[in-house]
Amino acid sequence: MLDVDIAFRYPNGPGVECRWQHPIDESRVTVLLGSSGSGKTTVLRCLAGLERPQRGHIRFGDVVWFDAHSGVNLSPDLRDVGVLFQDYALFPHLTVERNLAFAAHGLPRIDSTRRVAELLEVFRLRGLETRFPRELSGGQQQRVALARAVFRRPKLLLLDEPLSALDRATGDEVRDELHTLIHSLRIPAYIVSHDRADALTLADVTVLLDEGRIIQQGTTLQVFEAPATPAAAKLVGVDTVLVGRIASVENGLARVVVGGQEITAGAPAEAGHETALCIRAEDVTIALHDAADVSASNRWPAVVRSANIEGPFVRVGLDCGFRLSALVTRDTWRRLALKPGDRAWAMVKATTIRALPR
Amino acid sequence: MDWGAVGLTLKLAALTTLTLAVIGLPLAYWLATTRRAWRPIVDAAVAVPLLLPPTVLGFYFLMATGPETFVGRLWARLFDSTIPFSFSGVLLASVLYNLPFAVRPFTSGFAAVDRRLIEAARCLGASAPRTFTAVVLPLSWPAVLTGLVLAFAHTVGEFGVVLMVGGNIPGVSRTIALSIYDDVQALDYAGANEASAVLLMFAVAVLAFTYSLQRKGLPL
Repeated sequence: MLDVDIAFRYPNGPGVECRWQHPIDESRVTVLLGSSGSGKTTVLRCLAGLERPQRGHIRFGDVVWFDAHSGVNLSPDLRDVGVLFQDYALFPHLTVERNLAFAAHGLPRIDSTRRVAELLEVFRLRGLETRFPRELSGGQQQRVALARAVFRRPKLLLLDEPLSALDRATGDEVRDELHTLIHSLRIPAYIVSHDRADALTLADVTVLLDEGRIIQQGTTLQVFEAPATPAAAKLVGVDTVLVGRIASVENGLARVVVGGQEITAGAPAEAGHETALCIRAEDVTIALHDAADVSASNRWPAVVRSANIEGPFVRVGLDCGFRLSALVTRDTWRRLALKPGDRAWAMVKATTIRALPR
Repeated sequence: MDWGAVGLTLKLAALTTLTLAVIGLPLAYWLATTRRAWRPIVDAAVAVPLLLPPTVLGFYFLMATGPETFVGRLWARLFDSTIPFSFSGVLLASVLYNLPFAVRPFTSGFAAVDRRLIEAARCLGASAPRTFTAVVLPLSWPAVLTGLVLAFAHTVGEFGVVLMVGGNIPGVSRTIALSIYDDVQALDYAGANEASAVLLMFAVAVLAFTYSLQRKGLPL
């Protein structure tokens, strides 16, 4: 059990106040999702022992990491955590091999050599042993940093914005890789991120942070399907998230069946893998009849469930066998003359669906 | 050339530099990394000798360490000697006076080391001392070397503090700078010129060396 109840405030700065109790399960990945300034990195730093909260406690299993009351505050080197820093913090004066071996202090030399070799293999770093960090690509640097972080087989992994230092394309690629690595490491991990794609791809559990406080937490699907507050909805951002298994992949397009409907989107993975499909409400077209002559490759029969005015727009809740949210102008809504219970069609271009591997 | 004075000067400079390495490095590391509110006060205290006339420092040092003072009596009990007009006294005063010349370059060198590297080392299981020797020092050695060289060179050329605290006793406190003064007083301009030329060349060489270190900047 990771039992956290902390309050921390920077002098004259923002603060965080967080409380949670999570079971420690070796394959569990938790994402702390929040916009910049939400205090998520501060929470991670408190967990690592890099900041000392003013109040509260942190207990990991039966080890007290921090307790304001009794004055216990284990330094980072005694907490048995592996930390991946935002821009990796690789030692610039050490080669890849020696960056890894830095964590080997206190280990017999032979074990250290064996562990270095093992990690070079697992993290696909063979051949880069004698390179310096500045001679590596962003993705390679991240692999070195992660290999270094897990060297001592920590009981908990803490990852601070693992993908933000990379450009979008590399980020997507590395995210996939990270997904595989984290699960193969079998170390519980907490990942701090501002990118909902990280949560959707990597997290079993998502914790939403806003202004230093937890505003919602639960399984990633629960949180994304039903954000509890407007702030949570804003953070979660996408209006509809569907999870399904990829039935087939053809010409780079995946066919996913959800709620009896077939959905076409760019393939994020091979057939047989799970995927999370993100559909923004403004990308959904509502039509009164099916039409084969429109460009949208996704056309689903739907039943109107709800309609709520949002400024100049109307948010329409549709049931297509799955819940789908659509956003249309008030003029359009008037012209369509639909009301709850009516039948209609929902159309979505495959190109606007963001498909993430899971 | 007064070779006794040369030997004494080098001994004083070497011991001053060594002492500053021992107390200055941890002090500078503390200054570079602490977030305590009273850090500026310590910063200022370290820097004071930069602005203070050496005679003022020497005067207060004498006042504080005379045989009737607490420090003086403690010293007498421990070592059976007095601080003023002894080599130990000159060394102590010289360490105090040279503190900023060593600690300020150290501090700026340490402060330039990315803080996250220090945190990363701690999170990888390294103790604070190991973090210092394995990460901080290798990344700031030009600054450390600059501080040590400056302190050494400045001690070699020091005049006022040595004269105030040590008098001008051959073998105890008569350094090259003082011997030049004596030569001039005795109208021995040839002797003064010889020693002065050596000190001048030494100073130029030291500055050229430290500037070349600075141009090189931190490694990597």
